[in-house]
Amino acid sequence: MTYSIQGKTGDWEVVIGLEVHAQVTSDAKLFSGAATEFGAEPNTQVSLVDAAMPGMLPVINAKCVEQAVRTGLGLNAKINLTSVFERKNYFYPDLPFGYQISQFLHPVVGEGIVALDMPDGTVREVGVERLHLEQDAGKSLHDQNPHKTYIDLNRAGVALMEIVSKPDLRSPEEAGAYLRKMRTILRYLGTCDGNMEQGSMRCDVNVSVRKAGEGLRTRCEIKNVNSVRFVMQAIEIEAERQIDLYEGGGKVVQETRLYDPDKGETRSMRSKEEAHDYRYFPDPDLLPLVLDQAYVDALKAKLPELPDVKKARFMSAYGLSLADAAQLSGEREIAEYFETVAQGRDPKLAANWTINELGAVLNKRGLSITESPVSADHLGNLIGLIMDNTISSKIAKDVFEVMLETGEDPAKIVESKGLKQITDTGAIEAAVDQAIADNPTQAEQYRSGDQKVTGWFVGQIMKATGGKANPKMVNELLRKKLGS
Amino acid sequence: MKFKELCVLALDTDTVRRIARLARIRVPDDELPTLADELSRIMDWIEQLNAVDTSNIEPMTSVADIRLPQREDKVSDGNAPEKVLANAPDRQGNFFAVPKVVE
Amino acid sequence: MSELTRLTIAEARDALAAKKFTAEELAGAHIKAMEATRDLNAFVTETPEIAIERAKESDARRAKGNVAGGMDGIPTAVKDLFCTEGVQTTASSHILEGFIPTYESTVSMNLRKAGSVMLGKTNMDEFAMGSANITSYFGPVKNPWKLNDGKDRVPGGSSGGSAAAVAARAAMCATGSDTGGSIRQPAAFCGLVGLKPTYGRCSRWGMVAFASSLDQAGPMTRSVRDSAIMLQAMVSYDPKDSTMANEPIPDFEAALKGNIKGLKIGIPKEYRIDGMSKETETLWQIGIDWLKAAGAEPVEVSLPHTKDALATYYIVAPAEASSNLQRYDGVRYGLRVDADDLTDMYEKTRAAGFGREVRRRIMIGTYVLSAGYYDAYYVKAQKVRALIAREFAEAFKKADVLLTPTAPFPAFALGEKMDDPLQMYINDVFTVPASLAGLPAMSVPAGLSADGLPLGLHLIGKPFDEETLLRTSLAIEQAANFTTLPQLLRAGS
Repeated sequence: MTYSIQGKTGDWEVVIGLEVHAQVTSDAKLFSGAATEFGAEPNTQVSLVDAAMPGMLPVINAKCVEQAVRTGLGLNAKINLTSVFERKNYFYPDLPFGYQISQFLHPVVGEGIVALDMPDGTVREVGVERLHLEQDAGKSLHDQNPHKTYIDLNRAGVALMEIVSKPDLRSPEEAGAYLRKMRTILRYLGTCDGNMEQGSMRCDVNVSVRKAGEGLRTRCEIKNVNSVRFVMQAIEIEAERQIDLYEGGGKVVQETRLYDPDKGETRSMRSKEEAHDYRYFPDPDLLPLVLDQAYVDALKAKLPELPDVKKARFMSAYGLSLADAAQLSGEREIAEYFETVAQGRDPKLAANWTINELGAVLNKRGLSITESPVSADHLGNLIGLIMDNTISSKIAKDVFEVMLETGEDPAKIVESKGLKQITDTGAIEAAVDQAIADNPTQAEQYRSGDQKVTGWFVGQIMKATGGKANPKMVNELLRKKLGS
Repeated sequence: MKFKELCVLALDTDTVRRIARLARIRVPDDELPTLADELSRIMDWIEQLNAVDTSNIEPMTSVADIRLPQREDKVSDGNAPEKVLANAPDRQGNFFAVPKVVE
Repeated sequence: MSELTRLTIAEARDALAAKKFTAEELAGAHIKAMEATRDLNAFVTETPEIAIERAKESDARRAKGNVAGGMDGIPTAVKDLFCTEGVQTTASSHILEGFIPTYESTVSMNLRKAGSVMLGKTNMDEFAMGSANITSYFGPVKNPWKLNDGKDRVPGGSSGGSAAAVAARAAMCATGSDTGGSIRQPAAFCGLVGLKPTYGRCSRWGMVAFASSLDQAGPMTRSVRDSAIMLQAMVSYDPKDSTMANEPIPDFEAALKGNIKGLKIGIPKEYRIDGMSKETETLWQIGIDWLKAAGAEPVEVSLPHTKDALATYYIVAPAEASSNLQRYDGVRYGLRVDADDLTDMYEKTRAAGFGREVRRRIMIGTYVLSAGYYDAYYVKAQKVRALIAREFAEAFKKADVLLTPTAPFPAFALGEKMDDPLQMYINDVFTVPASLAGLPAMSVPAGLSADGLPLGLHLIGKPFDEETLLRTSLAIEQAANFTTLPQLLRAGS
């Protein structure tokens, strides 16, 4: 299934590369001791270093280095034991030093791979070009005063990982899948919270188009797109713009563009582009970052089980389908929840309840798994009750409804509401006999060969027992009695 | 035409204008030729380095023969907006203010 | 001139200990001298109230028997590129005029903790860019050493205000900073001892940056012993400076004990350059003879790329400076020239805020880092720098310390050599190579030129071997017996 856009001159292929800027999860900033927390009062999380006061010097945060290396390992990437911080020089009011400390020629992480599960069941491998550490800039507020721009430096100096993909992506769907997978991996590792709304994960999109079999054509970079949906939309709109240009006899110029979701268009940001010459050079306030292989190995040994490995284990150890395994391993918290539910119980039943019953409720209420009104232990207990025939699957659903409201243990609910399944043969036999005696017409129908009426009888009996009769036993006894 | 203008300058006025722009230093047009001449003479003198054989030499990164020290991830600074904003040329509330930036 | 201002740190320390006078009296005498020599323009900001307050604190400590060390109560001038909490810090630039730091640099804080008494902030070349102290926004500094020709002499630079203040006995000592010779050359021009420690010995935190890979703070004093005492109070391992070595800190004054018998003195033959004055060359030979007489052994060493050091320096230092000075943009502190448009504001602020030499070096630095030129200039320079450092390492296999002149000629008259930056850059020809290699180096007053201006000899040491440097300097000091006072003081007292 190859994605292409049909133009007047034929089919066009889209070539996409993504640059993800992921805020490193750390308490303090990359080169200063100021806090990184989101949403603080303006200029309160700013050290003299972040404000670039004269004579201030950067000192690197060990945790940020560790997080970058762990992310590299999670992306199956090469860790560069020597990397270099360089200064990227440009003027902007929210860039206090007049340069951003970044890594340019020698990033801390080199090439890696991200595997994408596509909806058709295939796996697409997308190359990662590099990952490097850099500082975030501050925030410019343009809407506070008609004549002035306000500057808040709280974000200035927060550690970012820039993760650059190879131009391996070929459709908006692949780009979306890549972003979701990247977020999953970062969240598994705990190296970035992946929150695109708060801006802790942002994305620049490189888009070009070409005819099948061609080399790469000129690309445009769409800056700062802040949701998966917008990334997918922006790609489609930008690709179409480029195709129109080519087919109208025009040329695509390499430039930075902005995606406007309200107008559904991308716009040139030429004003910012003007005369960019960043004058990169190694930051003389910092020495090269040199790591030991032993340090990298130790971090590798302590890495959590990552989504791809977990998914494979869910399939082999629990016998789950690819779709279920992929869904349950998509978030670490969901996987942990599922494994608690499945502990000592039928894994397929556990998967089914976690994905379908609980999943539907969480979706409807807009809750995450960690906010679930039903704990994993309780859901596990509920499945235990089904498995030992204490309740039927149907009753279980009723119990589940109560659990959602009260958060109580299912055993307690079953007990207090008297929902325990009737498995006593005598009691069920009596109910069957009663039903046959009360409905001679339907009984005759059965005997004259209309087997369909069985279902109707089961319904009557379940109604009479308040749904508590074991349906399997009811079926068996009914056939025996009617057939005699 | 003066002799100076006949010489090929290492930095012509266009280059100087571009560099001044990059460095965000206003240079009036009538000062560009003098500045180009001054800078060119310095750059010409610097050209002597071309004669030095540096094949197989790694560029120096630092004279400090140590490993980059790393600090612990602890919040140890900040929470002092007064110190940060004390010298602001234009302070608006707890913000620095600059002429409106048109995006 | 008061007797008190003639003392060395060591003498004052002993006299304070003997309770011959108080720190407050000592400070008072220096405040008077500072006021009396205002014509030199050595200070950008005088802080007499702070001086008296700290002197009183020093006396109080002494009364309780809690003397903080050799620097306790010593009147000290601080170069205006060390940020001082609550006291204007300008780096002699219009762009920082009125800037009052809310923090104290590590070096000035160390001196403060050691009990030193700050007299004020000294004038300097703007952002330390200069060798004559003529690029200051606050006007040039005059050298207290004068001739009878009626012309004022430059004090050297960039630590010209510090040098002039100490030479004029307006301060007992001063901090300097040295990027390519900014402590050593003015020390030579003013007849002082100036020590640039190993790169990484003193913290750069809170010191206005010129060129980060070269900048190093150091003491400017009137004797070698004072240099040791003051250096002791300046150094500390500072985790806030990532380029600092956590080296053990020796007792520098104790290093002055003993002798230099058997010490190998390297004489780099490439330092015999064209344009060096005859008397400079003669003094160099005399210096060799003095050290020989003290039991040391001169050996010839070779530093073939000495001639390339200046050009290398004038790529590396402006490149780093162009980036370090990007922060002066009128947004968070310092000068802002108002404009409706942001770019306009930047360009007008920086054009008005930086002086001519600073603008020139920013332009050079921006150019050598710009796309297409970076490899040809910056990378090339860093390679030559690596060669220069390697040659020093080779030389130090044969020698324990190197001896050269500090500057090719003595202090020149204010107004001379000012139009030609290249002429000016030659001042640093002997001091720049050690800076590029990060080595400790020191200028010691060794004699007078024919017309009576001070000349210095320059010693270069192994990394973190300031002890040998100080011990060798002491031998030169003892042999030179340099006791002449600047003409200013002879006439005035």
